[in-house]
Amino acid sequence: MTYNWNWSILINDPYLGWLVDGLLWTLAVSLAAWVIAFTLGSVLGILRTTPSPTLRTMAATYVEVFRNIPLLVHFFLWYFVFPELLPDAAGMWVKREMPLPAFTTAVVALGLYTASRVCEQVRAGIEAVGSGQRNAGRAMGFTEQQVYRYVLLPVAFRIIVPPMTSEFLTIFKNSSLALTIGVIELTAVTRRIEEYTFQGFEAFTAATVIYSLITFTVMGLMRLIERRSRVPGMISLGSG
Amino acid sequence: MGDFDVSVILDNLPFLLQGLQLSLVLTALAMTGGIVLGTLLALARLSELKPLAVAAGLYIDFFRSLPLILVIFWFYFLVPLVLGRPVGGFYSVLIAFTLFEAAYYAEIIRAGITSVGRGQVAAARALGMTYTQTMHHIVLPQAFRAMVPVLLTQGIILFQDTSLVYVVGLKDFLTSAELIATRDQRLVEMFLFAAALYLVLCFSASQGVRLLQRRLAK
Amino acid sequence: MIVFDRVSKWYGAFQALNQCSTHVDRGEVVVVCGPSGSGKSTLIKCVNGLEPYQAGSLTVDGIEVGGRKTDRPRLRARIGMVFQNFELFPHLTALTNICIAQEQVLKRPPDEARHKALTLLERVGLIDHANKHPSQLSGGQQQRVAIARALAMDPMAMLFDEPTSALDPEMITEVLDVMVALAKEGMTMMVVTHEMGFARKVADRVIFMDDGRIIEDSQTDAFFGKPRSERAELFLSKILSH
Repeated sequence: MTYNWNWSILINDPYLGWLVDGLLWTLAVSLAAWVIAFTLGSVLGILRTTPSPTLRTMAATYVEVFRNIPLLVHFFLWYFVFPELLPDAAGMWVKREMPLPAFTTAVVALGLYTASRVCEQVRAGIEAVGSGQRNAGRAMGFTEQQVYRYVLLPVAFRIIVPPMTSEFLTIFKNSSLALTIGVIELTAVTRRIEEYTFQGFEAFTAATVIYSLITFTVMGLMRLIERRSRVPGMISLGSG
Repeated sequence: MGDFDVSVILDNLPFLLQGLQLSLVLTALAMTGGIVLGTLLALARLSELKPLAVAAGLYIDFFRSLPLILVIFWFYFLVPLVLGRPVGGFYSVLIAFTLFEAAYYAEIIRAGITSVGRGQVAAARALGMTYTQTMHHIVLPQAFRAMVPVLLTQGIILFQDTSLVYVVGLKDFLTSAELIATRDQRLVEMFLFAAALYLVLCFSASQGVRLLQRRLAK
Repeated sequence: MIVFDRVSKWYGAFQALNQCSTHVDRGEVVVVCGPSGSGKSTLIKCVNGLEPYQAGSLTVDGIEVGGRKTDRPRLRARIGMVFQNFELFPHLTALTNICIAQEQVLKRPPDEARHKALTLLERVGLIDHANKHPSQLSGGQQQRVAIARALAMDPMAMLFDEPTSALDPEMITEVLDVMVALAKEGMTMMVVTHEMGFARKVADRVIFMDDGRIIEDSQTDAFFGKPRSERAELFLSKILSH
């Protein structure tokens, strides 16, 4: 194996700037997509546990369709196919005038996809609270909404902190798929540095270290928060 | 949308099926390798030898903290460099998938092993069984029975993940579809077809797993 | 045959066993009782090395259990143990539960193991259930299979760790009957239990533990006649009051 090491490449102009920009794009895609995933996923998760069969089926169908198609295909569908299916004017706008087309598409695709995963976590959380609690709430005269608002959700959202953390970390890692439609995020940047300088080892190491550090930091923080917010006697789902 | 052209799919079906074959072969090989390596990692992680347990834990946490695309890039770049000669992209990618999936399989298998109660281990030990006999005859058979559905579900996820070989241009099913899509300017047809095929395959497989799970639960 | 000499054990800073000394002779039946958390289960699990001890000496048939060079699997194969929660292997039938260690540990030929297993199933009255899985058996039946499993190894002594405390009341007798028969045949037994009727009937000695210590160690008649310690008196009055 012959290889010319050159670690200084990572702090040289313009590569350091690229890495910083790449990381910022990665974070931007992840956080924006998380907003969609968390909001929509929570709504879907609640729908999956309601007494109405229609709402339950709708939410279940959403989950099946999204989780049985690879994420990369979702990216291609939103980027290449979706504008074609719109009325002409709207399609034109998406293709020509929508600001940050690649970024926006990546956020939508990743957000809607992850919503299906968040939905399942929320559902599991609500089911873990148990039908006994639901009945106890009803017996006290709560309406169905009040049962969710005051009994089920406060407990469910607390016990799903660990799986939700890992879902966020999944979105963070999956944001790398945005490179396939042209978002120059962290992984794309390191590939580009490799192609420009042939210093692949250094470039990929940089990305590896950044991803790992952020993941371990988030996990550490969450463990801390979890310990602080623990309600005596309450278990959480799949911690760790 | 009015001119949805089915013929572009039909005409290129042999090429697409060849791609699908690559996806399935890659899935099968990486799954086998991942489960074997994952079992070893899980046993190491649960070992009473501290350094072994820590090393396995580091491996698992490290790979689980990385995006699969980055791991694919790593091995696509590293394998030819280490071997000193170009090898087909398939082998680089296979190694990447096996090592990456092993970390996920290890966690599934570890959970399966710990779900077998400590009392079972004590009972086997009390009968004079050694560590290896206890694992082989008592713990792993119970653990694998409980894990089979989860392992298969992870296999479905792995099958979907193989589409990421697109980033190094390996001609799996999705990359084949994309090649035709751009060559013939038939993006709508090809990508909708790709989505439909994945949906049908993965949905049927997951229903199969659900059925199996219900039978195992009896 | 089993000799404890000032055995002590710690879990971190907590002392689970404190200088325990006692013995179980060949053919003797010794019952160990005491409040929960007193260390009686820990004591019995030391005998076959399922729980390590940190100080003192514990020998079985002259072999130091915690010895650095002791072949513990081999020693355990000669001591039978019955657990509170039965711990039958759920993926195996009653019959294979009894055969597996005979074949894997003692290397008996399958035919011989099977013959032995069937004889023992007959003896515990479960010959008709040989091919059932543990989940298809009642608690009392499972525990009888577990006893048969331990006996199949031709043990020199049997350890019972609260064998009836996970059972519904109507199933306790069927398990105790098997144990009484075993005791009358001269099996060496060490039994952790709260079943004082059983102790009265077959035990040669009763050991009372509290706080990791052996407080009393006396002949059965003497123990039930007038326990010397206040704590044993209190304990007995609580479990015998109804």
